[in-house]
Amino acid sequence: MNPREPRTRARLAALVLGALVVLALLGPAASPYSYRALDWRHLAVPPGFIAHHWLGTDALGRDLYVRTLSGLRLSLLIGVLATGVSVLIGVAWGAGAGWAGGRVDAGMMRVVDVLYALPYLFIVLILAALFGRGNIAVLLVAIGAVGWLTLARVVRAQTLSLKRQPFMEAARAAGLSDLQMLRRHVLPNLAGTVVVYATLMVPQMIVYESFLSFLGLGVEPPRASLGSLINAGARQMLSAPWLLLVPAVVLIVLLLAFNVLGDALRDVLDPHQR
Amino acid sequence: MLGYALRRIAGIFPVLLILLTVSFFVIRLAPGGPFAAARALSGRTRAQLRQRYGLDRPLAVQYAAYLRALAHGDLGRSYSLRDEPVAGLIGAGLPVSAELGAAALALGALGGIALGMAAVLRRGGVIDRALSPLAAVTLALPSFVTGPLLALIVGVWLRWLPVAGWQPDTPRDLVLPAITLALPLIASIARLTRASLLEVLNASYIRTARARGLGRARVLWRHALRPALVPVVSYLGPAATYLVTGSLVVESVFELPGTGRYLVMGAIDRDYTLVMGMVLVYGTLTLLANLGADLLHAWLDPRVRHESP
Repeated sequence: MNPREPRTRARLAALVLGALVVLALLGPAASPYSYRALDWRHLAVPPGFIAHHWLGTDALGRDLYVRTLSGLRLSLLIGVLATGVSVLIGVAWGAGAGWAGGRVDAGMMRVVDVLYALPYLFIVLILAALFGRGNIAVLLVAIGAVGWLTLARVVRAQTLSLKRQPFMEAARAAGLSDLQMLRRHVLPNLAGTVVVYATLMVPQMIVYESFLSFLGLGVEPPRASLGSLINAGARQMLSAPWLLLVPAVVLIVLLLAFNVLGDALRDVLDPHQR
Repeated sequence: MLGYALRRIAGIFPVLLILLTVSFFVIRLAPGGPFAAARALSGRTRAQLRQRYGLDRPLAVQYAAYLRALAHGDLGRSYSLRDEPVAGLIGAGLPVSAELGAAALALGALGGIALGMAAVLRRGGVIDRALSPLAAVTLALPSFVTGPLLALIVGVWLRWLPVAGWQPDTPRDLVLPAITLALPLIASIARLTRASLLEVLNASYIRTARARGLGRARVLWRHALRPALVPVVSYLGPAATYLVTGSLVVESVFELPGTGRYLVMGAIDRDYTLVMGMVLVYGTLTLLANLGADLLHAWLDPRVRHESP
């Protein structure tokens, strides 16, 4: 078990992520409370064994353990779905540009260059504030629509180099149509790269979602997201520091696990990238 | 060099015009409008307000009027903040944001370069080995997590610094926000400096300098540092973009009276002129910061100037 070995790191990170997913899905059921239940007899209780509030309660008596885990579930869900949106756009755009080549390629990549120069967070903020307050679907599209640029570039470069491989010429000679070649030869060969970038994209998406919720633009109360919990906790750090520490630690572990997994997968799947 | 600089500066205007035009129409696409949320208003008052701000006219006319006023340096008046001129609102907040950004940039550049050099001076030492994992952790964490945690540890538990708030001319209030904003910069710049120094140290002129009997530290300082900083300088473009948006985050975390709060507030209140003013100011800042970094890069590396922009 050498932690420098990428496979070991990938396994460890996957283990942590798996544990977090299981906790997010099954954890809330272990507590007698729901994420919105107010317990008036136990307001702002610190972590411990008082009335099964294992991680304490907030100022309204809501159970922090349940709220953190349901926030974790929401963050994971939005992170993965937004990544899905980004991957779909990025792969279609990049593979399309690389496959078409020539002027189409130049035009499509020019669009990516221009969008690259804009400050994302700024755009996501404006879009979320204008259209998506509390609307998770709009939130997803706003976050997902800005993440595809890097992937489009990488996929295009890979498609270009794949096009020049001898086996592509063989496939062409065997009479495959463009669509068949894309499906059977290009996309499977892109899979490794896409998996690596998608894994690294999930934590970014989670950060965007959490930040929007931190600003009150994401999920609406009484629903909880890790971001809105951290914001609420930061306001009460003098009297109840656990309200900040618990969601912050969960978010940190989540982000680090995804980043370590992505880096390790990159080392395993395509060593040229480093 | 001058020709290159002028061409690049001229290139800013079309981008700004596109940004303004798209924003102008997109924010008007959003459901609701100014004064829609104010329930207490009677229909007549609302109509009068809309007339007062020219919102009853066709969009194309409003757009032309906005651009005409802008050409005269008038950003319009805020709908939601007591009719204050937008230019005045943003002008009042900008010094705070600028101080924060400048402090973070200085911290990031100096701290990052120093750490990178320290890692190279003692290859395999504590700093060298800890740098890469620490940088990875720092870069993975967003400011809205590190900010409150720093405030909790340094402000609440250790009681070294104020937690949040702002009094004019008290640099102490700026320390935690600036560190929070600078952390990812320090991490990236330290990594870049280390990698680029290691590469430069392999060059033959470095071997010559060493062979002439110069000490390691002296070679590093006098001969290797300057060429090694070229990648760091070209990173300043993305870094500046990060600072512009990152200051929005940090300002809201520490509740600083900068300009950041106007963006979200304005967009929620459908305060069109305020949001447009923010788009204009922050868009210009981002473009200028990137331009500055590119010009610095071109000055250091003449090959850049002769490529088409």
